Amino acid sequence: MAEVLLEARSLTKSFPGVRALKGVSLTVGRGEVVAVIGENGAGKSTLMKILAGVQTADTGEILIDGQPAALASVEEALARGIALIHQELNLAQNLDVAANLFLGREPRRWGLIDRARLHREAGQFLRAVGLDVAPETRVGSLAIGQQQLVEIAKALSTQARVLIMDEPTSSLSAGEAENLFRVIQDLRSRGVSIVYISHRLGEVTRLADRVVVLRDGENSGELARHEISHASMVRLMVGRDLSQFYPHQPHVRPETVLEVEGLRTPAHPSHPLTFQVRAGERVGLAGLVGAGRTEVLLALFGVQPPVGGSVRIEGRSLQPTSPTEAIAAGLALVPEDRKREGVVLAMPVRENVSLASLRQDQRHGFRDAAREEALSAEMIQSLRIKTPGDRQVVQFLSGGNQQKVVIGKWLALKPKVLLLDEPTRGIDIGAKQEIYRLMEELAAQGVAILFASSEMEEILGMSDRVLVMHEGRINGELGRHQLSEEAIMHLATGTAPAASTHSSESHP
Amino acid sequence: MKKLLGIFGLLLAVCLFATWASESFRSGYNVENLIRRTALFGVIGIGVTFVIVTGGIDLSIGSVICLVGCGLPWLLTVQHWSLPAALAAVIAVSVGIGLAHGLLITRLRLQPFIVTLCGLMLYRGITRGFTADQTVGFADGYKGLRLLATGKIPVPGIQGFEIPAPWAVLVVVAIAAAVFLNRTIYGRYLLALGNNENAARYSGIDTSRMIVLAYVLCSTLAGLGGVLFVLDVNSAQPVDFGNFYELYAIAAAVLGGCSLRGGEGSILGVIIGTALILVLRNVVTLVTNHSNIEFAIIGAVILAGVITDELVKRYAVRRRAARELNR
Repeated sequence: MAEVLLEARSLTKSFPGVRALKGVSLTVGRGEVVAVIGENGAGKSTLMKILAGVQTADTGEILIDGQPAALASVEEALARGIALIHQELNLAQNLDVAANLFLGREPRRWGLIDRARLHREAGQFLRAVGLDVAPETRVGSLAIGQQQLVEIAKALSTQARVLIMDEPTSSLSAGEAENLFRVIQDLRSRGVSIVYISHRLGEVTRLADRVVVLRDGENSGELARHEISHASMVRLMVGRDLSQFYPHQPHVRPETVLEVEGLRTPAHPSHPLTFQVRAGERVGLAGLVGAGRTEVLLALFGVQPPVGGSVRIEGRSLQPTSPTEAIAAGLALVPEDRKREGVVLAMPVRENVSLASLRQDQRHGFRDAAREEALSAEMIQSLRIKTPGDRQVVQFLSGGNQQKVVIGKWLALKPKVLLLDEPTRGIDIGAKQEIYRLMEELAAQGVAILFASSEMEEILGMSDRVLVMHEGRINGELGRHQLSEEAIMHLATGTAPAASTHSSESHP
Repeated sequence: MKKLLGIFGLLLAVCLFATWASESFRSGYNVENLIRRTALFGVIGIGVTFVIVTGGIDLSIGSVICLVGCGLPWLLTVQHWSLPAALAAVIAVSVGIGLAHGLLITRLRLQPFIVTLCGLMLYRGITRGFTADQTVGFADGYKGLRLLATGKIPVPGIQGFEIPAPWAVLVVVAIAAAVFLNRTIYGRYLLALGNNENAARYSGIDTSRMIVLAYVLCSTLAGLGGVLFVLDVNSAQPVDFGNFYELYAIAAAVLGGCSLRGGEGSILGVIIGTALILVLRNVVTLVTNHSNIEFAIIGAVILAGVITDELVKRYAVRRRAARELNR
């Protein structure tokens, strides 16, 4: 390895209900691209936030150039040359590129902003990242890929020596991603170190000099350049072979449960969507951020009612104008943002589990307290929700157990179609596997499952069939035997469907 | 529950202090009057509790009291309506006001603060308009009806003390409200949506309808309060009748354990909170002889209360985090 620039030793960090890091170490050499990978909830984001001064570790130390450094704030981290580029870009859309680059550090002359110097210096950094736009361009008018380069230029303008990139390609098109890779390779050759976080193992294989794998808040292993392969990374990420981690028996039955024809979502009204999900079938919705996966689920569930098309559940027509109607028709949704849409954080487990079924269990408007108690006891036991009791406030449960509470809320209603949006986001690996086992059990019972996921391994491991979305359209469909990361990424980045079959009838 | 005991302890402490400091405080007349006023303010406090539980606010309560409190005697003595017609009219207007607030807030997505602030100005202005700012009252009439507010119910076995009649109204309203909030599915829906409206909606709850219901309950109870207040004092001046009463009601609800962020509320707590505010007001007047600093004292006490509450909460969170770390 080249000379060590940044070193983190045995970092730990706890949040209420979660131990996010249990002693994680990381070294970054000068001019090295280190990829940090791991499943959702493995601790990647926490580690990056600590390195960038957004959060501070409970214990452990950070060395820069071999000297202990206390990175108590983002400003201190920047001063020591560490810059974090968030997954969600932090740019002022209403200001021009130059103003964004030097926000808070504007060159001044007699107390006023020195505009000539601002634009001149901005131009240098834009050239360094290969972004060919005028410094006077308003950021809001740039494409997402260009905005990302503005963020990188901004980091360089602070004399950053270590750039941390969190899922930089999650919302980029194939061409934009290509350009980003070029910029990264150029930066490396100029001695800038990159810490690259990604779910896309293909990118990692291509870019990384070294891969550091985290699992459940601990280092699970490291791979040198010549050891990097898809299989070796997955093994370290999930701790065993893929087939054991993702339970998958075929349960698909012949009868169609969910039939969607010409569905137009408010977000992409010009792209009618048609697909079916059968009893016992698990259909994955894949695609880049912003491809319209969540919008499909929200339209079906009546949160953002569709503007056209028809939906049938077991042959019966449904006009999803509100969740109330969707639920009555047999739909259930485990939403993407668990804390905002899934659970009521300040309420106990019992009251969360019963929330959706209160209506059907009511007695002339009165709550059936005995039924409520029995139901929550049943769900805590059958879903193995780890809680001191059903009076425990959900806020203090771990993410995985919160997710089980959301699922328990729906199982009480015995749904025919279960919609899940990022079902395992931000939960630890043990709970994750339990969620997968639950999906497997429900499929075995004949529930039709439609789930959206950004996690490639999850899509590959859990789906009987995958619908790949791109810019609001279903760009292709892959049966289980056709599934591969490459095939999905091809369709997700807008390439025309190649080896995919468009008919939903011809899969195993 | 701990919070309720805390606020009840504070009420007892203030009462003990007042009993020691002021002879007039412990006079039968004063005690009876305090209890009567607590019942009247308790009714409107319970109303605003429903709105606060949803995370909303109703600033128009005092003006609804003015509209109803002046409107009822005006209809009876100036317009010579029959008693049932006049009562039906003022209650219908109260329900209608709540319905309008609720629909504006849920359908047009206007902010509760703005909608009810406009209500505050509207209803008082309308009242001052149709009464031409003249004081209205029942004079010597409607003695039977006025017993609802001024009557006394003798307690068997205790001499020289009778329960003021509005307590009967308060007890009925409070029990109904507590059962609704704690035992029906709708009460649970209100608490859930006050904590997290999205999660409630995603669980199939018609949150808009529940919010409208909360505003209807609030304005209706404000209207009922307006009837009782005017029956109690016999005459009302449109300029200041019910002025600031919404603030007493909101303060009582907050003292009684409601969070203005929504999702929390206790009917018993509101009644205790109401009593505390009224006793404080009374004590300031009797002990200091400076009734003009009354607002300052009440404001300071409420501020101290919410600061204590927040600090206790933070302490609990920190202790929990420390426990987790040691585990």
